[in-house]
Amino acid sequence: MDAFGARTDGLAGRRRRPFLIRSAANAALAEAILIPIAAVGVAFVLFGLFLAVVGSPPLEVFSSIYRGAFGTWFSWQNTLVRAAPLMLVALCTTIPAQLGLVVIGGDGAVLLGGLMAALCGLVLAGAPAAVGLAVMAACAAVVGAGWIGLVGALRHYRGVNETISSLLFTYLAVSVFRHLVQGPLRDPETQNYPGTYPIDPAFAIGEIPSTNIHWGLAAGIVACIAIWIVIKRTPFGQAMRVVGGNPRAARIAGLPVGLLTVAACALGGAFAGLAGFFEVSAVIGRANSALYAHYGLSAVLVSFVARHNAAAVIPAAIAVGGIRAAGGLVQRAHGLPDATVMVFEGIVFLVVLWSASWYGRTPLSRMAADGK
Amino acid sequence: MTQPLPPHVEVAGLTKRFGSFTALDDVSIRFAPGCFHALLGENGAGKSTLVKCLMGYHQPDGGSVAVDGREIGIANPRTAHALGLGMVYQHFTLVPSMTVAENLYVGRDLLPQVIDWRSARAEIDAFMTRMPFRVPVDARAEELSAGEKQKVEILKQLFHGRRFLILDEPTSVLTPQEAEDMLGLLAGMAKTKALSVLLITHKMREVLAFADEVTVLRRGRQVTGGAVADFNAASLAESMVGATAFEATTKRDGARKGGEEVLEVVDLTADGDRGNRALAGVSLTVRAGEILGIAGVSGNGQRELVDVLCGQRHATGGVVAVDGEPYHARRGEMRDHRVGILPEEPMRNGCVRTMTVAENLGLHTFDRPPIARGGFWIDHHVLREKAKALIARFNIRTQGPDAPVTSLSGGNVQRLVLARELDRAPRLMIAANPCFGLDVAAVAAIHDELVAARNRGAAILLLSEDLDELLALSDRIAVMFGGRLVYETGIETADVGALGRHMAGDGAEAA
Ligand SMILES: Nc1ncnc2c1ncn2[C@@H]1O[C@H](COP(=O)(O)OP(=O)(O)OP(=O)(O)O)[C@@H](O)[C@H]1O
Ligand SMILES: [Mg+2]
Repeated sequence: MDAFGARTDGLAGRRRRPFLIRSAANAALAEAILIPIAAVGVAFVLFGLFLAVVGSPPLEVFSSIYRGAFGTWFSWQNTLVRAAPLMLVALCTTIPAQLGLVVIGGDGAVLLGGLMAALCGLVLAGAPAAVGLAVMAACAAVVGAGWIGLVGALRHYRGVNETISSLLFTYLAVSVFRHLVQGPLRDPETQNYPGTYPIDPAFAIGEIPSTNIHWGLAAGIVACIAIWIVIKRTPFGQAMRVVGGNPRAARIAGLPVGLLTVAACALGGAFAGLAGFFEVSAVIGRANSALYAHYGLSAVLVSFVARHNAAAVIPAAIAVGGIRAAGGLVQRAHGLPDATVMVFEGIVFLVVLWSASWYGRTPLSRMAADGK
Repeated sequence: MTQPLPPHVEVAGLTKRFGSFTALDDVSIRFAPGCFHALLGENGAGKSTLVKCLMGYHQPDGGSVAVDGREIGIANPRTAHALGLGMVYQHFTLVPSMTVAENLYVGRDLLPQVIDWRSARAEIDAFMTRMPFRVPVDARAEELSAGEKQKVEILKQLFHGRRFLILDEPTSVLTPQEAEDMLGLLAGMAKTKALSVLLITHKMREVLAFADEVTVLRRGRQVTGGAVADFNAASLAESMVGATAFEATTKRDGARKGGEEVLEVVDLTADGDRGNRALAGVSLTVRAGEILGIAGVSGNGQRELVDVLCGQRHATGGVVAVDGEPYHARRGEMRDHRVGILPEEPMRNGCVRTMTVAENLGLHTFDRPPIARGGFWIDHHVLREKAKALIARFNIRTQGPDAPVTSLSGGNVQRLVLARELDRAPRLMIAANPCFGLDVAAVAAIHDELVAARNRGAAILLLSEDLDELLALSDRIAVMFGGRLVYETGIETADVGALGRHMAGDGAEAA
C-alpha cells in the first residue's frame, strides 16, 4: 500500500497470507523457533508428572527452578557462569553435525585441554600473565583439537562410528586424567580431591567488570557467533553442509571429504579444549576432578536443542545452564536430591530428540506447502 | 475364485498449487476398470503431481477424486492402498537381503505382530499360481535382474489387493526388452480386467504400443486426451510441447582422428557394493573431439566405472589419467582439466536435497571468485544471479533460485545438473544415461549440447543403455560386459546385431 492507503501491489483484492505460512521458508523458520519451545513445554509437563509421583508440588518446584536460574542477578550470574563452558563444548557437537556426524565426546577434550592448560600454567609460573594465558589457551585448544580430530580421522579412514568412538575416547581421557592427577602430577596436599599443584594466581583469567562472570562467557558467545557466520557464509561452511547433505554429491564436486571431516572435528575439539582452559584458569585454579563435570552430555543436549545452529547454541546454553544452576536451590527448598534437575535435563533431552520428527509435519508447514 | 474388478477411479477438476505456482490446473480424467491409460507431458508438466494427489502424498486444492462412484478425500497413502490404489516407483523399494516371498509379504501397511511364515507362504504360493508371470519366490531380491525386480514390485502391489496400478516412469531402469515384457504383461492383465494401469512415460513408443487411452498435460493443464488409436507420435508430441519434430540438429562435424588423448584409463579394477569384482580391468582412451559410447546391459560395471571416475568409489587397481596427468577426481583437478560429470540418478548422485536450486547450481563454483569474494566469503547475491542465468539458459523450470531443489520435477533435476556441468565448458565430459526421464524436446536439446561440446573439442565418454542414442551420437562404440570392455567398433562399422550379441555376452561365438 502506498501512503494514501491504496493498494499498489498486484495483489489487489487477494488477501495477503499470514506471514508464518506465506512461504515454505517462513514456515520452516517459525517451526525452528516454535518447536524447541513446544518441546521444552512438553518436557515441563512430563517433569511435573514425575514430581507429582515423587510427591513434590510441581508448580512450586518449577518456580524454584526459575528463581534459581533467572530470579535474581545472583542466580543469573550463576547461570551464565555455567552456560559459558556449555557454549564452547556444544560447538564440539555442532560443528561436526554440519557434516552429519554425531560427536558426543566433548568431555574428553575438556579434561585433556584443562589438564594441558594446568601443566602449561605450572611450567610457565612467573611468566607475564598475558604470555602464560595465551600459551595455556593455545595448548588446551590444540590438545582438544587433536583429541576430537582423531575421532574424525577414525571415522573417515577406518569407518569407526564417531558417536561410539567419541564416547569411548571420553572414558579413555578420564582414565588418563585420573592416572596423571592421582599419580605423577598430584599435589600431595590435595587429599579428598586429588589434583595438580595450583597454577600461578597471575594466570587466573579475570571477570567481566562489575560481575562475577569470567571471560569464558564472552569467549563462548563470540565463538558461537563466529562459527555461525563461518557455517553460513564461508566456502568451508558451505562445503561442510554439502558433505552433510549428500556425501556422494560432495565427492562428485571433488570436495576433500576426509579433510573436512577431520577439520570439523578438530575445530569442535579446539573449542571444548578451550572450555577446559577457562574452567582451570577462571574457576578451579588447577586441574582436578571438578573438571569432570559432565559438561559433555549437557552440551550435546544444548547442540540438539539448538538444532545444531551455532547462534541458537547461545540461548540454549543459557537455558540448560539455568537448569543446572537451579539444582542447589531445588535441593534446599524442597529436600529433593541434587540429581532432580538432571532428571529434568534428561527429560528435555528425550523430548527434544523426539521433536526432531515434528519438523515439516506441523500444520504450519502443511498450510504453507498447500498454498492455502 | 473370481477376482473383484479394479476400482473405477475418476478425478474431476483436480487443481494443485504450490505457493503461487499452479502445478495442476483443473484436470478431469475417468479411469474405467481395466483401462491402460498413459499420462504424457513434458518435464514439469504435472504428471507426478497428479498421481501424488491420487496416492495421498499431496492434498489437492480443488476438484475431487471419486473411487467407485464415491467422492473421497485421500489423506495419505494408506487410504489410497485401502481403496485399491498402488504405485510402482522408478527406483526399487525391495529389501535387497530378503527373499522375494518376504518382500511380498512385508509390503503390507499393517503387519501382524507375529508373522506366521507358513501360512504366509501358502498364501503367496496360491497367489502366484493366479499370476501370468513367474519370479523365483525364494531368491533374494539382490540376486534379481532389474526387470525381475520391477516385476516383483508389481506383484507386491497386486498381492496386497491394489488393482489400480500407477507406474511413474517405470521403464527407465529396464532394458528395452525387459520394458516390453513388463508392459506387455500389464496390458494383458488389463485386457482381462485384472487391473487398471496408469502409466507415466516419456517414451512415445510405449504409449502407442500398449496404452489404450492417453491424456496429455502441459504446464498443469490437460491439453488433449482420448483413445490412443486417434493419435500418432507426431500429434502427441505436438500437443505436449507445440512442435512435431525433435531431431537433434547439431551434427558431428567430420571424424576427428588423432585428437590428443584427454582421458586415459588403464586396467582399472574396482569392487562393487557387495564386494564383488565389478570392474575387471577396463582400459579405454577418449580423445579430444570425439564421443566414445559405452553400450551394455545395466549391471555390467558401468555404474562402478562412473563412480570411480567421479571419485565416489575407490579403484583397487589401474590408472586414470587426464591430459597425461594422474587423475584422482579432486576438486582442483576437476577444475583445471574442466571435467564435467552427468551421473545417473542425478538427485542421489549429484544434488544436495537440503539445499536450494542456486546452491546446487553453484556446487562447483561456491569456493571461488566471483561467488566467494577473496575465496572466503560467499556472496549470495552473485550465487543467485549466476543461478538465474543458468536457469534461463537451460530452461530449468523452477520457481526461482531460492526454491528447494526437492521442488523440481525429475526431468528438471536432470537439467539442473546438466546446466551446472556444461557451465564449466568441459574439456572432458562423462555422461551416464543423460536422458533418463527427459521429455523428447529435452532429449534433443541434450543431444545437441553433447555434440556441440564435441565439435568444440571436448572429449566425451557416454555410457548409455539406449543403443539408438549411442548410434546417433558416438564416434566409437565399446561394449561393456562383466566388468570389461569386450568389443569396440568405429561408428561406420557399428552393427546393431554384433553390438547386441556382445552385450548379451556371447561375443566369443559371434567373433
Ligand atoms: N513440493 C513442491 N513444491 C513446489 N513445487 C513443486 C513441488 N512438487 C512439484 N513442484 C512443481 O510442480 C511442477 C510439476 O512437477 P511434477 O513433478 O508433477 O512434474 P512431472 O510432470 O512429473 O515432470 P517430470 O517428467 O520431469 O518428472 C514442477 O514445475 C515442479 O517444480
Ligand atoms: Mg515426474
